[in-house]
Amino acid sequence: MISIRWHGRGGQGAKTAAHLMAVAFLKNGRYPLAFPEYGPERTGAPITAYTRADSHPIRLRSAIQVPDLVVVLDPSLLGEVPVADGIPAGGWLIVNRPAGTAPAGFDGTLWNLAGDQIAREAGARFANTVFIGALAGLIGEPDLTHLREAVDEVMGRLAREVFAASWRALEVGFGLGAERGVHRVIS
Amino acid sequence: MTSWFTDKPQDLRRFRVLTGGQAVAEALRQIDPDVFPVYPITPQTPIIEAFAQCVADGRSHARILTAESEHSAMSAAVGAALAGARAMTATASQGLAYMIEIVYLAASLRAPVVIAVGNRALSGPINIHGDHSDGMLARDSGVVQVYVTTAQEAYDWMVMGVRLAEHGEVLLPVMVGLDGFTLTHSAEPVEILADAAVQEFVGPYAYPYPLLSEVAGTYGAFAMPEHYFEIKRQQIAALERAEAVLPAITRSFAKLCGRQYAPLEGYCMEDAERAMVIMGSQRGTAQEAVDKLRERGQKVGVVTVRLFRPFPRRDLAEQLRAVQAIAVFDRASTPGSFPPLYLDTRAAVRTPRVDSVIYGLGGRDLTPDDIVAVFDRLKRPAVDADPIFYAGSDEIEQER
Repeated sequence: MISIRWHGRGGQGAKTAAHLMAVAFLKNGRYPLAFPEYGPERTGAPITAYTRADSHPIRLRSAIQVPDLVVVLDPSLLGEVPVADGIPAGGWLIVNRPAGTAPAGFDGTLWNLAGDQIAREAGARFANTVFIGALAGLIGEPDLTHLREAVDEVMGRLAREVFAASWRALEVGFGLGAERGVHRVIS
Repeated sequence: MTSWFTDKPQDLRRFRVLTGGQAVAEALRQIDPDVFPVYPITPQTPIIEAFAQCVADGRSHARILTAESEHSAMSAAVGAALAGARAMTATASQGLAYMIEIVYLAASLRAPVVIAVGNRALSGPINIHGDHSDGMLARDSGVVQVYVTTAQEAYDWMVMGVRLAEHGEVLLPVMVGLDGFTLTHSAEPVEILADAAVQEFVGPYAYPYPLLSEVAGTYGAFAMPEHYFEIKRQQIAALERAEAVLPAITRSFAKLCGRQYAPLEGYCMEDAERAMVIMGSQRGTAQEAVDKLRERGQKVGVVTVRLFRPFPRRDLAEQLRAVQAIAVFDRASTPGSFPPLYLDTRAAVRTPRVDSVIYGLGGRDLTPDDIVAVFDRLKRPAVDADPIFYAGSDEIEQER
């Protein structure tokens, strides 16, 4: 099972990213489960979202305490929320910022990915699609075809320009993730 | 490119990724009720947003009545159902609390309204997250209550719920409870039936004596002591019959899709010495914990109750017959006494050791380790002084 934890603020698209990833995983032939954990349910408040994917239906519904991968969409959360909690030695912490150091005691892999800048250059308002692409590239699944179908399905009602920009951002993220893709076996 | 997964992907194209809320909305679209009176409240909103979109897109002919409160929404649903229109609604938490007066009336007027409830804690303190205290507020209202464990089940039970509610031997509201956020907002694979199959399964709405028929009748009449008691007993008997007619409905549903449901489900119960009883979305987490303990050679099992009203007490007694110790997990509290599922289980079994566990109030997470701790506790002698164990909270209290 792959366990992904998303940290963001209400309005940044963490919940949508978790959901979109689940849609793409299913299209790729994995059983997904994605769920959000809201704070006080308002724009700007910290929210956590989760995506699990496995080769069989997922029964476990508790929050992800030992994530393989953590995405932090808003670096200001690093001082507020224990984003690195539970990440094992082989796990990844991917932070939306150009540079920065790992939290004390963290022994996974830190990846500072300037998602906001990539999104801006692609014309996208939100960086979440950059990180969806980056995760898929890193994991090796879902592939671009299935991601594209998932973006179509989840963001289908958006204007074409918005959709195209989101897609460009996702592709850039995917390329960067694939470059860092590691041989890793999930049991 | 290498994937982190070692095995090949499967063909899962029969599924769609839907939240529990979206799955309920799909069922609503296919059932296509005549009237859908509603008032929005978290975490029911994904249901009504998705369904309103279907209506706006012309994919359902339902008339959405945007009432000014849940009390009015339920009143309109009762009126429509008795007039001869199929009426459904959805609510949660304070919304259910506000409509509760009319929920009792719906049951006593025998209005077969199917109600989706995104189960959420009751205020206060105000909280938007999942627990069963709203559903328990309607426990004694006389409605059929089902608590589902997945988005798939939410969809399936909405469809079956229509048949159950409108069954000539029943004619009662059916409440389909799905845990707030854990199911309403969780996206997972769901198999949606063909529209025509659902429409054929539920059939046309055929209330026996609709207000708009040629036959004159009185609804909501006053009842003096010489009649009230017997009318109440008829209502009680109708609710009991829901359990008797359910197997025919679940069997015919299984023919459609292969998914066969029962009022409750045992997991690893064949040789279990210790067992837990639970309702709602944490069934899967409980099964994970049971698997973990089985790997260590411990004979444990879990019974998931889906049909809560009428309570399947004979089936539960049968499941728990050979068990030596039971822990009943309630996601609601009954301050000053024991919580509802515990009391119902206690009344159904003769097992000497039955512990009460309260978990997940206001959305508190339940982990497999929390469940393992309860099974460990069942091995030790009972502590009479502190009969209710608050899983996921007692540890915090003790640290103070």
